[in-house]
Amino acid sequence: MADPLLSIDDLTVQFRGDRGWSTVVEGVSFDIAEGESLGVVGESGSGKSVTALSILRLHARGAARFRSGAVRYGGRDLLRASERDMRRLRGHDIAMVFQDPMSSLNPVLTICDQISETLRLHQGLSAVEARRRSIELLDLVRIPDAARRIDEYPHRLSGGMRQRVMIAMAIACRPRLLIADEPTTALDVTIQAQILELLRDLRAELGMAVMLISHDLGVIAEFARRVVVMYAGRIVEDAPVEALFRAPRHPYTEGLMASMPPLEGDIGRLYAIPGRIPDPDEPIAGCRFSPRCAHVEALCRTAPPPLVAIDARHRVRCPPRTRAIGSQA
Amino acid sequence: MKVEPLLEARHIDMAFDIRGAGGKPARLNALRDLSLDIFDGETLGLVGESGSGKSTAGRVLVGLIEPTAGAVKLLGRFITGPERRANLSAVRSRTQFVFQDPQAALNPRMRVGDSIAEPIDIAGAHTRRDRAERVRDLLGMVGLPRDSADRFPHEFSGGQRQRIVIARALALEPRFIVADEPVSALDVSMQAQIVNLLMDLQARFAVSYLFIAHDLAVVRAIAHRVAVIYAGAIIEIATKGELYAKPLHPYTRALLDAAPRPDPSRVRTPPIGGEVPSLLSPPPGCRFHTRCPSVMPRCRTDEPALRETAPGRLTACHLYDSA
Repeated sequence: MADPLLSIDDLTVQFRGDRGWSTVVEGVSFDIAEGESLGVVGESGSGKSVTALSILRLHARGAARFRSGAVRYGGRDLLRASERDMRRLRGHDIAMVFQDPMSSLNPVLTICDQISETLRLHQGLSAVEARRRSIELLDLVRIPDAARRIDEYPHRLSGGMRQRVMIAMAIACRPRLLIADEPTTALDVTIQAQILELLRDLRAELGMAVMLISHDLGVIAEFARRVVVMYAGRIVEDAPVEALFRAPRHPYTEGLMASMPPLEGDIGRLYAIPGRIPDPDEPIAGCRFSPRCAHVEALCRTAPPPLVAIDARHRVRCPPRTRAIGSQA
Repeated sequence: MKVEPLLEARHIDMAFDIRGAGGKPARLNALRDLSLDIFDGETLGLVGESGSGKSTAGRVLVGLIEPTAGAVKLLGRFITGPERRANLSAVRSRTQFVFQDPQAALNPRMRVGDSIAEPIDIAGAHTRRDRAERVRDLLGMVGLPRDSADRFPHEFSGGQRQRIVIARALALEPRFIVADEPVSALDVSMQAQIVNLLMDLQARFAVSYLFIAHDLAVVRAIAHRVAVIYAGAIIEIATKGELYAKPLHPYTRALLDAAPRPDPSRVRTPPIGGEVPSLLSPPPGCRFHTRCPSVMPRCRTDEPALRETAPGRLTACHLYDSA
């Protein structure tokens, strides 16, 4: 099997809090293959965004630390790379798109200024070349009338158009991995559908891998080929998208799917996972989901459960569900 | 005998005078000719995208803002027109509003019990012991521990805070609650809990809801009837069963097609293009015509009226103009 494009190994991230360091991501390991479309799904506090920010080391300085782990890319460990190397890599090899395009765009610069900056910095293009290329990029992200729009300021654009500009900036240097963190969450449903289609098309056209982070299982199902499910800072399940939606194995994944109101078929009272999402510092013995789990057993509360491979492409962190099968992943 | 609706809105227009581009005065037409009924014990879902006017509609319907034109009759009294002030004070204690962000709706320095009791205090006529007892009852109704009254909002999760807001909304036994995106800020597993709670409370107290949301799936879970609003105008109203099984308006269909589904093998319809038009200069004719896959010449000039396309169902679309 070919080497993965990027490999996260046993990543543990801590944030500085009022009462010392608290662990927000613990023992996260997964690979991203060249050209893959990976979905990472979880609710607030699941650690999905923290994991993504760790890849590019974008946490606020001093507020976060890596307790353990490595992020391997191109023969290097990004967690230990120099800041100079990281600057060269960000936006060039690995680019990122965030939820709120308005706060990622500079309000006093035109669209042309902002896209050109990336191109001139990483590719050394002249101003004229960068402008021409910026217009091409706006075309590529299907912004109508790109040659005119290029000179506008961000506030003149709708939320959907701003997100297209962000995507244009992110793909300007043809990155091998695009990380999109809730890219459609702030958008209307018809615009969300447009942006998801754009991301699918761009992935195919440019051959880049895309890691899409979302709280919405529907969005994940529309986009990803493989899905990592996170809960309270840990991976609880990792599976091909069809397998995950056809037969989820972790009780949390099951519960999350069951609590989504359906758009077709019968609808009665919704299933609701009882309890609430724990704080990172909440002491919970064993499985972090056990206080809310409908299938909890005594062994769930004794030790932190391992992530177990139930087949070559499916990992589950649930001892009762993996007892009979597989080996520790 | 005809049942009188709890709320009747007729031909509501709502325009705001704002500063447009370059500081020039401009008129934003947030609502246009909005009419709807809500019956006792009913939940009407109001679905729309941002800028559709759905939140403005909610505010007009409980009298928080006065419409530019049209009439609203709530609990048998007109809350628009010359008697607005007198009638509003008569119905105000029977209507409540629940907002999207429970964090912003609760005073962080006020104990939860005092927040919940605030409407009771304002209405007066409660002794100290009654008040404490009522607060404990309300906490129980929304599924919070009865000893929560002495704690502060920051000690609760987002879902629990929304329960506190709902408890406060119930304090004066309202007949009508406008809930504006009450679960949009919550995690999926919390959303289901709050939707179920609202349904349980309705079954118990026969309260009516206007449930405003952008999420069609959540609305399907809670509403009896659904109104779809686009660029300030209602374009379709139907029972839940009919609307989702057989959307008639092309916009309703587009919304349903665009909603993501947890089914990776689904065959996707290409999404509709374009964006919601500006309410400063809405397009002539049907406001959806700029994006409509079924647009006809007349849609560009004539605004379609909301008319009956099936018993109990209203659609504003020239596709259903009878010959």
